[in-house]
Amino acid sequence: MDIRFPHEAEIVERIQESPNLFTLRLRFTDPQTQQAYQFEPGQFNMLYLYGAGEVPISIVSDPMDDNLYDHTIRAVGRVTQGLADLHKGDYIGVRGPFGRGWPLEQAEQKDIVIVTGGLGCAPTVSVINYIMKRRERFGTVNIVQGVKHSNDFFWKERYDMWRNSPNTNVLLAADAGDAIWPWHIGPVTSLFDQLEYDPDNVLIMMCGPEGMMRAVSHHMIENNIDEQSLWLSMERNMQCAIGHCGHCQFGEKFICKDGPVFSYHEISSLFGIKGY
Amino acid sequence: MTSNVNFLAKAGLQTLIDNLVSLGYECIGPQVRDHAIVYDVITNIADLPVGIIDIQSPGQYRLEQTGDKNYFRWNNGPQAIKPLVFKPEEPIWSCQKSPDGNLRFEKNMISVKKRAVIGVRACDIAALFLQDKHFLHDHNKDEYYRDRRQELLLIAANCTKSAATCFCNSTGDGPRAHYGYDISLTELADGLLVHTLSEQGENVIKELELRTASQEELAEADSLINEAAEQQRSLPSHNLKDMLFSKLKDARWQQIAERCLSCGNCTSVCPTCFCHSENEKPAMNGEVSQHTRQWDSCFSQEHSYIHGITIRSETQYRYRQWLTHKFGSWHDQYGRCGCVGCGRCISWCPVGIDVTEELNAFANGA
Ligand SMILES: Cc1cc2nc3c(=O)[nH]c(=O)nc-3n(C[C@H](O)[C@H](O)[C@H](O)COP(=O)(O)OP(=O)(O)OC[C@H]3O[C@@H](n4cnc5c(N)ncnc54)[C@H](O)[C@@H]3O)c2cc1C
Ligand code: SF4
Ligand code: SF4
Ligand code: FES
Repeated sequence: MDIRFPHEAEIVERIQESPNLFTLRLRFTDPQTQQAYQFEPGQFNMLYLYGAGEVPISIVSDPMDDNLYDHTIRAVGRVTQGLADLHKGDYIGVRGPFGRGWPLEQAEQKDIVIVTGGLGCAPTVSVINYIMKRRERFGTVNIVQGVKHSNDFFWKERYDMWRNSPNTNVLLAADAGDAIWPWHIGPVTSLFDQLEYDPDNVLIMMCGPEGMMRAVSHHMIENNIDEQSLWLSMERNMQCAIGHCGHCQFGEKFICKDGPVFSYHEISSLFGIKGY
Repeated sequence: MTSNVNFLAKAGLQTLIDNLVSLGYECIGPQVRDHAIVYDVITNIADLPVGIIDIQSPGQYRLEQTGDKNYFRWNNGPQAIKPLVFKPEEPIWSCQKSPDGNLRFEKNMISVKKRAVIGVRACDIAALFLQDKHFLHDHNKDEYYRDRRQELLLIAANCTKSAATCFCNSTGDGPRAHYGYDISLTELADGLLVHTLSEQGENVIKELELRTASQEELAEADSLINEAAEQQRSLPSHNLKDMLFSKLKDARWQQIAERCLSCGNCTSVCPTCFCHSENEKPAMNGEVSQHTRQWDSCFSQEHSYIHGITIRSETQYRYRQWLTHKFGSWHDQYGRCGCVGCGRCISWCPVGIDVTEELNAFANGA
């Protein structure tokens, strides 16, 4: 497909995940477009809401699923709130996939640490699902999720399911919690002594607020993890998604096409500098 | 100047325009409008800014009539060639919504005229080549840019005078055009030297009354262009990337921000800036929505907005983005500096901020 222009897609199913989080299961109306459509975990689409505009949203479903693809969206503003109001059977525009996803080939046979912070979980859900489906190709999998408040935690069943999978270590932390929060209170990094991995054979993937990703990166580097084993998904304003509009620039990088997933090594010189 | 340079009497310019028109070109040339030189359609040499020169300095631009018979003695006004290929605003696709909710997307098709631009300066040719790299370098080519660019015939005018704001000599992009043109002109006291680099250019000049230029005429051209190369402003060096990125926390950014209005004039007159935003324009009847794009600037608030956060919330970060992109990261992106030394951002800055002064100050650690 020509990824510069949207193509019509039908909402096959709409799932309300939490009060302002929902998943759209989509299929291109043109069967050929649907059949030719392929993506990798960590890549994103531009979703178009009629009359309102386009927004970049990660693809969360499994790349082997040829019939449908899913987006999990938080309703925050004009376009995403409009998307939230749509129903099964409605149509939107989709173009993609864009960018470079997670380094999954490089991750094979390694121990994995996946760190998700705040509410930015969509890009890591895709990679967790991907790994869980192909469990034998990876070593110990650590899933670390940090939220601001225990109320922000959802998908408990999924975490329970992952926790009960072999060789999988699930760690949860909330900066603040109520009486019934059974997990850790504090920043995610305070859980890191419970991680299970071989420091010489590990790949770390993270997504969420940059402050959290910076703290995790620094922690890992102090623990002698190579910068090229640390991967993170970046977010900037995006208009075109094809490296032309200039909005997503991060130094010399165009996050839409060179990323959104980068190794820490690739972006460390500007990472954390206010204004980039 | 290279071999086969010809001499054309000034009146021959009219024949040149006529030839272009009869060959099917829309002829675009410099002309005075609202007290500035802009490029637009011309049909007659009388449309050209004869006798006009400009006085430019930081925050200043004005025209003066000298009464002489020169057509190309002016230096660049606010408008470059950029808007002829990368339009300030244009629809890119539209979406039609049917009563049952189906969406039909339609790409905006453009029909492109053959266009000849007379009087293009060396810096603006270099800027076009930079934009070519940006818009045409990978598989996602910008079709609108490409189609317009392909139909452009460029008739360069070598600069025989430079404005106080010009620094093309130090970026290596002027004042003489060396590449990228179809025809080049160098205006002497009583005629023009004509050189061609392409078959299309040959085709346009073949019926002009030309004769081989004399040694004296060539020497006159060289001395005029050499004079234009003596410029008041310059960059501290060709590649400022490492220098700038080593000073990201310098106090000078904030000092500049105290003067800068964050108005975006510099980026909108800059012939190499490529940033644009996309917007939606639904029609009143609710059945069709146009998706357009328009120039944007890293000085705008929306440029770096992601939900709840403006990455470049302060002017100092915006000015730093502009400078570190243009003179820094551009080297990694497209193999050279993103500035061609046209000086527009200096003249058209309402408070007269001068990039060369700021860059020299950073380089000298002042
Ligand atoms: C690579 C990438 C992947 C993403 N994946 C997801 C995901 O899977 N699920 C999800 O809920 N959100 C995701 N986001 C964030 C999502 O794009 C924004 O929440 C969304 O653009 C907000 O649009 P709005 O119109 O509702 O909000 P408003 O606040 O009204 O924003 C106005 C406009 O600003 C721009 N904008 C605002 N926030 C962002 C942002 N964070 N990133 C880029 N542009 C923005 C958009 O053009 C938007 O239309 C992703 C962002 C990026 C860059
Ligand atoms: S930065 Fe200024 S001098 Fe350089 S090309 Fe842009 S407008 Fe011209
Ligand atoms: S980021 Fe700023 S300097 Fe760079 S192209 Fe965009 S508007 Fe121009
Ligand atoms: S989103 Fe336009 S350049 Fe990256």
